[in-house]
Amino acid sequence: MSTPETADTRAPLSPPTRAEYCVIACAEAWRGAGEILASPMGLVPSLGARLARLTFAPDLLLTDGEALLVGPDGTPEGWLPYRQHLELVAGGRRHVMMGASQIDRYGNQNISCIGDWSHPRRQLLGMRGAPLNTLNNPTSYWIPRHSRRVFVERVDVVCGVGYDRAAGLGDAARFHGLGRVVSDLGAFDFATPDHSMRLASLHPGVSVEQVREATGFALTVPDEVPRTREPEEAELRLIREVLDPAGARTREVPEAARG
Amino acid sequence: MGDKTMSADEVVSRLQSGMTLGIGGWGSRRKPMTLVRALLRTDITDLTVVSYGGPDVGMLAAAGRIRKLVTAFVTLDSIPLEPHYRAARERAGFELTEVDEGMFLSGLRAAAHRLPFLPVRAGLGSDVMRINPHLKTITSPYEDGETLVAMPALWMDAALIHMSRADRLGNGQYLGPDPYFDDLFCAAADAAYVSCERIVDTAELTKAAPPQSLLLKRLAVTGVVEAPNGAHFTSCSPDYDRDEEFQRLYATTPWPEFAERFLGPAEEAYRAAVRKWRKEQAG
Repeated sequence: MSTPETADTRAPLSPPTRAEYCVIACAEAWRGAGEILASPMGLVPSLGARLARLTFAPDLLLTDGEALLVGPDGTPEGWLPYRQHLELVAGGRRHVMMGASQIDRYGNQNISCIGDWSHPRRQLLGMRGAPLNTLNNPTSYWIPRHSRRVFVERVDVVCGVGYDRAAGLGDAARFHGLGRVVSDLGAFDFATPDHSMRLASLHPGVSVEQVREATGFALTVPDEVPRTREPEEAELRLIREVLDPAGARTREVPEAARG
Repeated sequence: MGDKTMSADEVVSRLQSGMTLGIGGWGSRRKPMTLVRALLRTDITDLTVVSYGGPDVGMLAAAGRIRKLVTAFVTLDSIPLEPHYRAARERAGFELTEVDEGMFLSGLRAAAHRLPFLPVRAGLGSDVMRINPHLKTITSPYEDGETLVAMPALWMDAALIHMSRADRLGNGQYLGPDPYFDDLFCAAADAAYVSCERIVDTAELTKAAPPQSLLLKRLAVTGVVEAPNGAHFTSCSPDYDRDEEFQRLYATTPWPEFAERFLGPAEEAYRAAVRKWRKEQAG
């Protein structure tokens, strides 16, 4: 990474937006991940992965969204067509951040359909690689609009495997592990005795009550809930000037939408 | 060595209702759309379709040609949910075998290797096992004793593929970044029909591209069709990108209206209708 120029010659930065806290919270999923493939699905996770690669996780591998592994400036450094990608998943050297149409307290995830699978009310994407991902490499989730429709008591179809089901598999689930869930309200993990979801950090401006209100199951909330960390100035500049100068992140997480 | 060139209509004349049909490509990428459109012009129906699904599945489902679909997803990529597929699925228009992407790959490999199944870990613990009660598990005979999913082979009567280039003998070449799984589809099928942007002399194939771009071997290919723009409106890099504007039109137009306007009596009618639409957009 090139060293950012001294900050004092530039205009002062406006405070971080909600979208930028989300980028930071997503980036943190890959902290300490080492030399593995980061597979972000969706804009904010992609910005997070690239930010992590440019700063505290320089060994990460990233794709161009197609079949090339590319450096931060887009220089190809490898080839990863879908068949190799699926093999890499099975080998485990990867941390994916997927979306979720529904997710429950143990991290079971649904992207297949809403309603009874035999007669869906709303057909969605399908299983995609969620069963493969969750049994083979660390998996995190990004949810741009935290609501009771997404954070549900029970998902209609289990695509990504959660901790309760993994526990039932015994040794076959030895490579299972969920990282974090990031939403527009906060970051969540499974660091509880029964691996149920816990509020790990609140984005600035969000209250615990707000999160509880938007969550369809009983969330573990520690006595002291940390705030999602502040972006460093260099990180903020990277997000605004290098990674997303057009500001597409604000369309995924609008600033005024949440109090 | 025979000349395997034929027309798209000749390809579909070899297909029958009730067949199991594999379709190459991935999502809205390098799909054999000229062949799919030719298929839509026949009355062939009752198909079992095996595909990493895109608009190929959307169109066949919308037209009511699918009895059973085997897939891991159906998407238009830049438009995540395929609206015509969704509509067909929500009115329970066909039977569905929904598996994971990796399981699907194992099924292709099993068929290509003439094996009844291949073991995979993916699927365990997920609802793949609940919604596919025909799937069985197998226990490792070695001391680990691990239980795995026995993914059955995905056999096909015929596979439809689109390539960048091919010769008249059936050697197929992709010039884009990803081969997807097209060679496996060919190996898993009794007959493989390959459309391509351009048929070239065999010697031409390796003049400008490395030998590893020769994905399909003629021994696995039954017929070759020259179909310029044959993946439209999906992508066929480097010859063309996805036609996003036209894909948006496809995604937002009710199926009967789209079919009426664009799926005329021949592929030339499709091209003419697309040209006309483009002119209207410009003017």
